[in-house]
Amino acid sequence: MTTGSPLPVPHAPRAEAVVIGASAGAVDALSVILPALPEGYPLPVMVVVHVPPNKKSIMAELFRNKCRVDVREADDKEPLAPGTVYFAPPDYHLLVEPDRRLSLSSEEPVHYSRPAIDVLFESAADAFGPALVAVLLTGASSDGACGLKAVCDAGGAALVQHPDEAAMPTMPRAGIAACPKASVMYLEQIAGHLRDLGRRP
Amino acid sequence: MDLDTVLDKTEDIELRLLLDAIYRRYHYDFRGYSMASITRRLRQAREHFGCRTLSQLQDRVLHDPAVLPELLSYLTVQVSELFRDPPYFRAIRERVVPHLRTYPSLKVWVAGCSAGEELYSLAILFREEGLEERTMFYGTDINPEAIRKAEAGVYEIERLPLFTENHRLSGGKSSLSDYYTAAYGAAVFDKTLRRRAVFSDHSLVTDAVFAEVHLVSCRNVLIYFDRQLQDRAVGLFKDSLVRKGFLGLGAKESLRFNAHADAFAEFARDERIYQKRGAS
Repeated sequence: MTTGSPLPVPHAPRAEAVVIGASAGAVDALSVILPALPEGYPLPVMVVVHVPPNKKSIMAELFRNKCRVDVREADDKEPLAPGTVYFAPPDYHLLVEPDRRLSLSSEEPVHYSRPAIDVLFESAADAFGPALVAVLLTGASSDGACGLKAVCDAGGAALVQHPDEAAMPTMPRAGIAACPKASVMYLEQIAGHLRDLGRRP
Repeated sequence: MDLDTVLDKTEDIELRLLLDAIYRRYHYDFRGYSMASITRRLRQAREHFGCRTLSQLQDRVLHDPAVLPELLSYLTVQVSELFRDPPYFRAIRERVVPHLRTYPSLKVWVAGCSAGEELYSLAILFREEGLEERTMFYGTDINPEAIRKAEAGVYEIERLPLFTENHRLSGGKSSLSDYYTAAYGAAVFDKTLRRRAVFSDHSLVTDAVFAEVHLVSCRNVLIYFDRQLQDRAVGLFKDSLVRKGFLGLGAKESLRFNAHADAFAEFARDERIYQKRGAS
């Protein structure tokens, strides 16, 4: 577990995509991270937030006006575009295909949740290997821990919100336990790190 | 290339060989499915069967046909509800049914019917709207176990509160409890609902058009297909539908990236209902 500055540069050689998972407290945490992404950000960002399955999603609408990057709800078989934040729709898992298109699935909920963070992280780890950066934020669940381990095992970088700062520390703690190599950071540091990933040549 | 990368590539090779083996041995063709989801489900199956690798699982399924039905339950996703996404059924009721009323006889195809939830939902809706007597329902799926469940029409009683609420939100004109009897923790749906239904084995991947229909309802099936396979399936729907016939998809499915998009007009955009264009 590493904290504080100067920030360690997590071990992704050159990042090609970012995945983020969050549950209880997600909106506040994402409000620090997503609006910090600059215009022309070169990476696609896929986000799973645990939301109730009542069909109408508000996450994309909520963040669209706060962000300088494009924000939308993911469509099935949509090719990933840089500078775009894709939210998993309610009641569907979001996955990344080996050809780096998005796909949706209504397989069984995982950790009582659909969408589930593990499903996104594991498929993205398969698709991007070491070129993936995964971020696990606040939540009262253990979803995301297995996925974070899969990202690490594939050589990708794992960032976890500091449990002291998280509105709900259960999920970050489970992530750190499953993936001890993870870099533990405060939200502002995560935001800065993701911004810097976009600046690297 | 480091060891991890080699391992990843090995699993990918095994996965393709396994799907090829299943196709050659049993003629179930999953080779054009969305790989991310298939990978995930085959890993679950590998664990369930106690196999160390997908190659071991391939050995098992090739030499022991008894493994196949269980493996199929991993490969096909069977998660549905009665009146899932009530706005879809409301749009069928309020916007599609007035068109269907103009036909003296009707055929409805529920493609990928799984355990029958979607077909029973439509059968109840058609009864409420007075269309049942002139309608034939076709429910098709590749999984024989799902078809058996669909024919039985028995669902766990715990699921009924959700089904009942969905039915109400879909604009249901009767009480859902009129259509089932509860016994031993199960809800047994009224046999007369399937009097006009035929359930059969049909693959959108390998089979052809079998009837001319007025409505195709195929929800949360296309998401498991890659784009070529989606093109094939929608081509089948196009060729099956009468002029001005209707195609209903899942809430997050669309014809946006499909080769046959031009053959259809958006009819109820938010509910993902399309109408086949007149000129053919």
